[in-house]
Amino acid sequence: MNKTMMRVVGVILVIATFLLISECAKKEKPILGSGDAASAVYVAPGDYDEFYAFTSGGFSGQLGVYGLPSGRLFKEIPVFSLDPENGYGFNEETKDMLKTSFGHIPWDDSHHPELSQTEGVTDGRWIFINGNNTPRIARIDLKNFETAEIIEIPNSGGNHGSPFTTQNTEYVVASTRFSVPIPQADVPIDTYKENFNGTLSFIKVNPDDGHMNIEFQILVPGFDYDLASGGKGPSHGWAFFTSYNTEQANTLLEVNASKNDKDFIAAVNWKLAEKYLAEGKGKTRPGEHYVNRMNHKTHSAESTLNKTVTVLDPADCPGLIYYLPTPKSPHGVDVDPTGEYIVGGGKLAAVLSVHSFSKMIKAIEDNKVIGEAGGIPILDYDATIAGEVTNVGLGPLHTEFDGKGYAYTSAFITSEVVKWKLGTWEIVDRIPSYYSIGHLMIPGGGSMKPWGKYLVALNKMTKDRYLSTGPELAHAAQLIDISGEKMKLLLDFPTVGEPHYAQGIPADLVHPNTTKIYELEHNEHPYRALSEKEARVERKGNEVHVYMTTIRTHFKPDNIEGVKVGDVVYFHVTNLEQDWDIPHGFAIQGARNSELLVMPGATNTLRWEPKKVGVFPFYCTDFCSALHQEMQGYVRVSPKGSKVPISFN
Amino acid sequence: MGALLLIGTYIFPLWSITVEAPQYPEGLGIYIRINTVDGHAKNDLKNLNLVNHYIGMKEIVPESIPELKYMPPIVGFLIVSGLLVAWKGGKKTLYVWLAFFSLLALIGLIDFYLWNYDFGHNLDTEHAAIQIEGMTYQPPLFGTKTMLNFVTTSLPSWGGIAAFISIFMGYLAAFLTWREKQTQ
Repeated sequence: MNKTMMRVVGVILVIATFLLISECAKKEKPILGSGDAASAVYVAPGDYDEFYAFTSGGFSGQLGVYGLPSGRLFKEIPVFSLDPENGYGFNEETKDMLKTSFGHIPWDDSHHPELSQTEGVTDGRWIFINGNNTPRIARIDLKNFETAEIIEIPNSGGNHGSPFTTQNTEYVVASTRFSVPIPQADVPIDTYKENFNGTLSFIKVNPDDGHMNIEFQILVPGFDYDLASGGKGPSHGWAFFTSYNTEQANTLLEVNASKNDKDFIAAVNWKLAEKYLAEGKGKTRPGEHYVNRMNHKTHSAESTLNKTVTVLDPADCPGLIYYLPTPKSPHGVDVDPTGEYIVGGGKLAAVLSVHSFSKMIKAIEDNKVIGEAGGIPILDYDATIAGEVTNVGLGPLHTEFDGKGYAYTSAFITSEVVKWKLGTWEIVDRIPSYYSIGHLMIPGGGSMKPWGKYLVALNKMTKDRYLSTGPELAHAAQLIDISGEKMKLLLDFPTVGEPHYAQGIPADLVHPNTTKIYELEHNEHPYRALSEKEARVERKGNEVHVYMTTIRTHFKPDNIEGVKVGDVVYFHVTNLEQDWDIPHGFAIQGARNSELLVMPGATNTLRWEPKKVGVFPFYCTDFCSALHQEMQGYVRVSPKGSKVPISFN
Repeated sequence: MGALLLIGTYIFPLWSITVEAPQYPEGLGIYIRINTVDGHAKNDLKNLNLVNHYIGMKEIVPESIPELKYMPPIVGFLIVSGLLVAWKGGKKTLYVWLAFFSLLALIGLIDFYLWNYDFGHNLDTEHAAIQIEGMTYQPPLFGTKTMLNFVTTSLPSWGGIAAFISIFMGYLAAFLTWREKQTQ
């Protein structure tokens, strides 16, 4: 080897070493980065998370409860779908929660959780969520994390734009995704333009007990209504609804509903609606709907059927609605914390249009009307627009705010979160999402008081992000630190169902108020047994009522005889415990509905129809004490017509 | 003054017993009051009885403890007589009152110890699910003791402390009277 060769080899070695080092450095960088992130999301054993996050279950119909920043799942609250794990929707007490004008609907598609607000600030009293498929709104009590009420929305098809709240939860609103014949009628589908309408519903919420009722519905042209947002501060008294398919197509909407350059945001003056109602402008129209409420004294749902609703027609109510043209098939509509800016997420547009509330009011005063749709005035785009955010990514959907002058918009097609400044409309930062982000959430980010520390991206697809689980993969939430100038990805975690939208709230506003037990002395269930002395079995014709008690660690009675094939047996199980975290379960062989999980002080009833002769065991399913495995009993089932008398011990 | 402090025993609990265990991070506790036994929190007594039944301890039923009926009138007599002694009494009556009070306090403590002994030793061996050879569950009179997974702490509460101060003030008064006499 000569000197030149040696030099060449030397140079190659130096280069190779350099490349190797830089390669190592490249690999180490993300490890260091994730090390920082790990400490940012680490909640030590026994410590509490800073925020609650409530994520919708999407197609699961339920509501997930997580902690932030850890991403730990605490509970899945059954709302619209049956839950055999605790008997929700199966037991005699809760099955009427799922009653609708279509009968018992044991599932739904739940999209948008929305926290109640006082003075524009989330207050931790209730969380509402919509049932998309069979139009409904549920209210969940944040003291006991149980579904307290479900109201059906009549004259609606696809309750997507719901249940967004006004500043003091005077109302939660609902808009129809599908326009339908109102009232429903047997008409040809291609008479869509003549026969189909949409409705915007205002559901009043009683501030004391949260009870909901449909105060009024507004009949609107047959577009597809998508999402909504309540006004706040100066725009308090107004609500905003997006629409698409202003083409009024009824087939192949993918193409036919994407033709117009601009669709509309409907601005509704609900304070004026209240005035028109007081003047008697509301008309009573057919609108069969159920209201199902849990009575927490009887631990049972009470269902009421209402036959009608009050409907306002914009033709009779000048000034009630204005249409704001917005490009293009706008999806989300989000009002910023000051109440001045109304951001429309034109999902097929390349820009984000921001309307100004004060300019809108001025345009109304100056009569800047460029036309009308179904009798509703359309305002001039240039007269209401405050600014456009360009280069916001493809498919901008939803915007939330950090309370520090910045807005964060999700872009579905380009899978990213884009941070921009209100007023200057300039983009300041962007971060990818993994993958296909829908909604995003900042705790309080849709209210007047955002806690702008974290942002959660709610992603539709995860592909290669987790260990694979066959064709069906988890959806995911992705936690991003927004406390600094640059967004930082901290964590992503798989979720139950589809985390379509979410809400977040500081733990201090919810955690201390939790219900620990139900007090036995306030149990007014008609089949309660408040002590073991009251435990008994009674026959009424072919019905057998078992008044059963549970306490560590036995059932009373635990041996029951005299039941016959063909009987309908009701096990009314009262949990006599008065200690936190001591539920008892009740499960019996051959139960074709579910088991029970009875909270301390509550009574739940399982209906059981024995089909076979024999002796069948029942037992506790919730590991309650050291003698849990001994918590069991038997029911003897005799043939039909047998003379075995009822007995128990 | 010391006698007046005894009024505190009607308002505040005399003694407090607290148990802590991994599954009771918030603790369970009972107060022994002049006329009853109740929980620190609303359902503590019920829950303590529930826990105790696994090892065969008797249920604590305040109505079945006769001392809780005798105590209020006896302490009432102590207060009235104490005030009379303070108002009019001579040193002899003070000594008698103090001796009577001390005797009662001693009997009370011994009685409390005996109850504790009975609860801790007199176990229902027929029905107890958990029986450990040689294990007894007597709560301490004063201090902390670990029994199985439970750490039990027994201490006088405000009523009991008031009684101790009261008796101390009685002795102080007696001592001062005695010294006054010595210096004369």
